[in-house]
Amino acid sequence: MNANFPYDEERVAELLRTLPPAPEAWVKAAQELPRARQEINEIAARVEADKEFRAAVTRDLEAALEAAGYDIDPSLLPALRARLSSV
Amino acid sequence: MSLALIADADLVARCRSGDQAAWDELVNRFSRYVYAITSRVYRLSQHDAEDVFQDVFTRTFEHLDELRDDAAVRPWIATLTRRLCVDKLRSGGREHLVEEPLEDAGADDGLAQLDEAMAVHEAMRTLPEHCAEILDRFFTRDESYRTIGDALELPPGTIASRISRCLSKLRAQLEGRKPRFQPSIDQ
Repeated sequence: MNANFPYDEERVAELLRTLPPAPEAWVKAAQELPRARQEINEIAARVEADKEFRAAVTRDLEAALEAAGYDIDPSLLPALRARLSSV
Repeated sequence: MSLALIADADLVARCRSGDQAAWDELVNRFSRYVYAITSRVYRLSQHDAEDVFQDVFTRTFEHLDELRDDAAVRPWIATLTRRLCVDKLRSGGREHLVEEPLEDAGADDGLAQLDEAMAVHEAMRTLPEHCAEILDRFFTRDESYRTIGDALELPPGTIASRISRCLSKLRAQLEGRKPRFQPSIDQ
């Protein structure tokens, strides 16, 4: 390797190989965070404001969400339950 | 200007203002880095690496307002990822390790190499799109000439010369450049 120029082509290729892509599903899930957070906050606000909805959610969260027209990703349910427990 | 070309500090500012496309780009930009720290430096199992990966981006999203220097988002993410990897190992994830974890000095060396690799990826973003794609497919996704040729509708025989030309362009891009990154190991 040239000391004045540390990036000969072999080194560049080696460095490129050092960073393979993360699994696509992981990236997608991380990108969905803001939308998911917003959706959870909206549901929590409705639970706070709407007694009937709160009762339905307490009985059966998933059924209540479906009946209210929410199409929430199942992976978000634990986070939603945690959020609702503080409402 | 494409979001892929904007500086880290501008990207962070856009994320803070609620720009979803900017957040998508931030995750894209640092996903390989976080993944490499979890799986290459700390050698976590896929399961533990995924936990840490999601935790890193959740905390980044939640604490973006607390970042003192927007330009320093990368070392900040590196420090956060390291801390969460160590926590995972201490909390019993060790039994899920695929290999023995590196000692601290090894982790520092590994992270320094990743910082260097990020500088190369940063330079790659400035290349024409076809170059970035062909280099990424060949070197990081380990695709064959035939697979790349099929995807890009080029004869496999053309791929080798394209890779060579694009690698030269990338090298030229890096030439004379002073590393813009700050090593994360002292964070």
